[in-house]
Amino acid sequence: MSQKLDSKIPAGNLADKWTQYRSSVSLVNPANKRNLEVIVVGTGLAGASAAATLAEMGYKVKAFCFQDSPRRAHSIAAQGGINAAKNYQNDGDSVYRLFYDTIKGGDYRAREANVHRLAEVSTNIIDQCVAQGVPFAREYGGTLSNRSFGGTQVQRTFYAAGQTGQQLLLGAYSALERQVGVGNVKMYTRHEMIEVVTIDGKARGIIARDLVSGKLERHFGHAVLLCTGGYGNVFYLSTNAMGSNVTAAWKAHKAGAYFANPCFTQIHPTCIPVSGHYQSKLTLMSESLRNDGRIWVPKAKGDKRHPNDIPEEERDYYLERRYPAFGNLVPRDVASRAAKERCDAGYGVGSSGMAVYLDFRYNMMNKYGRAEATKAGIENPDEATLFRLGKEVVKEKYGNLFDMYKQITDEDPYEVPMRIYPAVHYTMGGLWVDYELQTTVPGLYALGEANFSDHGANRLGASALMQGLADGYFVIPYTVGSYLSKEIHTKAIDTQHEAFEDAEKRASERIEKLMSIQGKRSVESYHRELGLIMWDKCGMARSEAGLKQAIDEIRALREDFYKNVRIPGKINEFNPELDKAGRVADFLELGELMCLDALNRNESCGGHFREEYQTEEGEALRDDEQYAYVAAWENTGEGWNLHKEDLQYENIKIQQRSYK
Amino acid sequence: MSDTLNINLKVWRQANGNEKGKFESYQVQANPDMSFLEMFDVLNEQLIEDGREPVAFDHDCREGICGMCSMVINGRPHGPKQGVTTCQLHMRSFKDGDTVVVEPWRASAFPVIKDLSVDRGAFDRIIAAGGYVSVNTGNAVDANSILIPKDVADKAFEAATCIGCGACVSACKNASAMLFVGAKVTQLSMLPQGQAERESRVVAMVNQMDAEGFGACTNTGACAAECPKEIPLSVIATLNREYTSAKLKGR
Ligand SMILES: Cc1cc2nc3c(=O)[nH]c(=O)nc-3n(C[C@H](O)[C@H](O)[C@H](O)COP(=O)(O)OP(=O)(O)OC[C@H]3O[C@@H](n4cnc5c(N)ncnc54)[C@H](O)[C@@H]3O)c2cc1C
Ligand code: SF4
Ligand code: FES
Repeated sequence: MSQKLDSKIPAGNLADKWTQYRSSVSLVNPANKRNLEVIVVGTGLAGASAAATLAEMGYKVKAFCFQDSPRRAHSIAAQGGINAAKNYQNDGDSVYRLFYDTIKGGDYRAREANVHRLAEVSTNIIDQCVAQGVPFAREYGGTLSNRSFGGTQVQRTFYAAGQTGQQLLLGAYSALERQVGVGNVKMYTRHEMIEVVTIDGKARGIIARDLVSGKLERHFGHAVLLCTGGYGNVFYLSTNAMGSNVTAAWKAHKAGAYFANPCFTQIHPTCIPVSGHYQSKLTLMSESLRNDGRIWVPKAKGDKRHPNDIPEEERDYYLERRYPAFGNLVPRDVASRAAKERCDAGYGVGSSGMAVYLDFRYNMMNKYGRAEATKAGIENPDEATLFRLGKEVVKEKYGNLFDMYKQITDEDPYEVPMRIYPAVHYTMGGLWVDYELQTTVPGLYALGEANFSDHGANRLGASALMQGLADGYFVIPYTVGSYLSKEIHTKAIDTQHEAFEDAEKRASERIEKLMSIQGKRSVESYHRELGLIMWDKCGMARSEAGLKQAIDEIRALREDFYKNVRIPGKINEFNPELDKAGRVADFLELGELMCLDALNRNESCGGHFREEYQTEEGEALRDDEQYAYVAAWENTGEGWNLHKEDLQYENIKIQQRSYK
Repeated sequence: MSDTLNINLKVWRQANGNEKGKFESYQVQANPDMSFLEMFDVLNEQLIEDGREPVAFDHDCREGICGMCSMVINGRPHGPKQGVTTCQLHMRSFKDGDTVVVEPWRASAFPVIKDLSVDRGAFDRIIAAGGYVSVNTGNAVDANSILIPKDVADKAFEAATCIGCGACVSACKNASAMLFVGAKVTQLSMLPQGQAERESRVVAMVNQMDAEGFGACTNTGACAAECPKEIPLSVIATLNREYTSAKLKGR
């Protein structure tokens, strides 16, 4: 009963598709907008920008987040920057180049039309943010400053020190609060969406739990937008915020929305390594550091000398060695695998041997120190002078990241190289959406990290912020109109409707079931165990045998969870353990689907590396004949059906990805 | 490095906003490399195992940027270290055998929800009153057509790094929110984009701040001393100046 997946890509030339779509999409007149209600779940970059913009246009918006304020969404933690094809540096950037880099970076597993649209609207994002007062970094002349990120050879990344996500989110949050202030948005904080309500096949609302009182609430909407972020926390340890979860997307999946490419997860190469069993999360050291930090391990196995005592010729700058064209700025998947390869081969550093060095000394002294000395007219500067001058520049660029590193490790990265190791960071997979960002359930949309659409099998740095804001500010305001223009005669549906009744009953039965178990093990312990299974068998390297074993282990763990989990407290009160239990229950199902998807994809591409499919040099070996498709999984209640959306490349020649 | 620290915790327990709270004592074994919140994770797992109720506390990013974590540690919001949030505090800042007292933010404008969690919705309402530039999506000009000198951009950025945690309020004996409001007003009043609403903004935000029940500022400076983002006291001077000048112009 394979339903055909219609991606609704407009006809015409790639570069004209979006303009034509926008000029011909049905509109909703202002009077009708006031009668149309839109539910926005999530207030990160995608959700806040969507909620604010839709409210500005005149729709009645209800927005939800589980934190105590919309400003605390996980987007706040993004560090390095946001891409845009402004070509302010006059270095040959263009919409096409950003499009091309993104498709190639994604290892040819993303949809051309979506990615081109993303590149097109990228420039509007920067304009909009600056207009809101987002304080991006600037040059002395007052223009905006740029830097480079991995997988590109131009400087197109805009940033605000190491706090770009914070500044962008505060911009979107202020736009959202402005609409809350004038009454166009009703904001529900500390609320968690736990069911999608569908009537006659269309999304018509949600069931949300008030996390303070524990009470379930029914909310109607003519359309429902899920902007609920990624599911990296299925691995337990990740760079995501503690509360990031898959629940909203998963409930949508169970209500009929297909889940696409779940196994495409991104492992970020530069994170602070695990320090002990109590570890609750991992901290990213932004990719921007690879502009100036050089990655190396000792050439000799098990070399225990202090890094500063290891002479230049005894260091292996393995990225520069293996990938001379891109050097330290190869994409994340490539850099992560290379680090794992060195550590597995016994060259890793630190007490666990599971780390590599990220070293700033060379550029601090030679690039910045020398430049500053020249500026100051100092001839033949000595080492100490170079160090002092270079340190000031590095501090200005990355100061807060260096401070963060020092707080966590108690080591000073100006003096000794950082020790880093890959960690789970981002999920390219997510709810399947068409060109309009609509899922397979009419009226249900997914934006930002929650959808699968733009990054293929590997996301380039600084492109998630771009995508979240593109979706929210510039895409959904048009595309949702195409649906809502046909809904102007639908009156607000009374939440006494039996569909709401049923959905609420499902939710409350689930909660009661969890609370009734009263076993012996904490929720956290299950989450940790699931994370280990996923990391070992569905992480940086995957194999058929490992994945099959993982599926068995996850099933057994899930069974045990429903027998032995212990959730303290009561249902109708503020109960963070109960909130967590619901999220972990969903992760325990998602984990299985991720392994299934990884097992199905008998190739390596981007972040998905199947050990059986690699080149002689250990690079990912794609199989475009068999697997140039999006794997969209339908939940049948008992298992999953696979639907394939074939990917067509009409404007880019598919090649073996090379960064050499 | 991995010496175990025995910590005696005295933690504020309060079932909800209507009930009275009290301190309870716990013993935890910590590792110097773990964060303060990871020490609470260990405590909570222990409590769950013993069939007791874990301590509710707010947290999310655990890297000092979301502004969610909020513990008063030995009388100081975010604890003894300068310039860090609770989640960035590590146990190496404590000694074996230390007694550590942990309470929620204390301010009537931040009512307790449970244990160490409080309601900071008042901050959102202050922003909703005026903490923005009114520019609808799609109305922007090319970003580089607005030139902003680097030092002005840097200063605005510095004020904009406030994470809305509320430590300033908790630190202040009057529970004043002037540092938080001053940070936003400073950011937007410095930038060309913020000029059109410069006066109406400051008046609206201050009015809302007063309506929420935050106290007056008596220039004690405890706020800036405890602010994890080191927002300088000068933003309060800017706030006062901006407010007075707006009032003089009849706003
Ligand atoms: C440490 C770190 C650094 C990063 N740095 C960069 C960078 O420099 N550049 C870049 O481009 N990308 C970066 N990323 C990635 C990027 O930050 C994220 O992909 C992006 O911010 C996701 O935005 P979002 O709006 O989709 O979701 P989020 O910001 O995750 O927001 C999710 C929202 O959904 C809400 N929510 C979730 N579930 C529910 C539910 N069931 N009910 C109600 N509400 C719910 C949450 O409360 C929240 O408001 C970084 C990521 C990390 C982890
Ligand atoms: S001013 Fe400082 S203490 Fe106050 S809310 Fe902002 S970051 Fe927190
Ligand atoms: S948990 Fe986010 S700032 Fe501490």
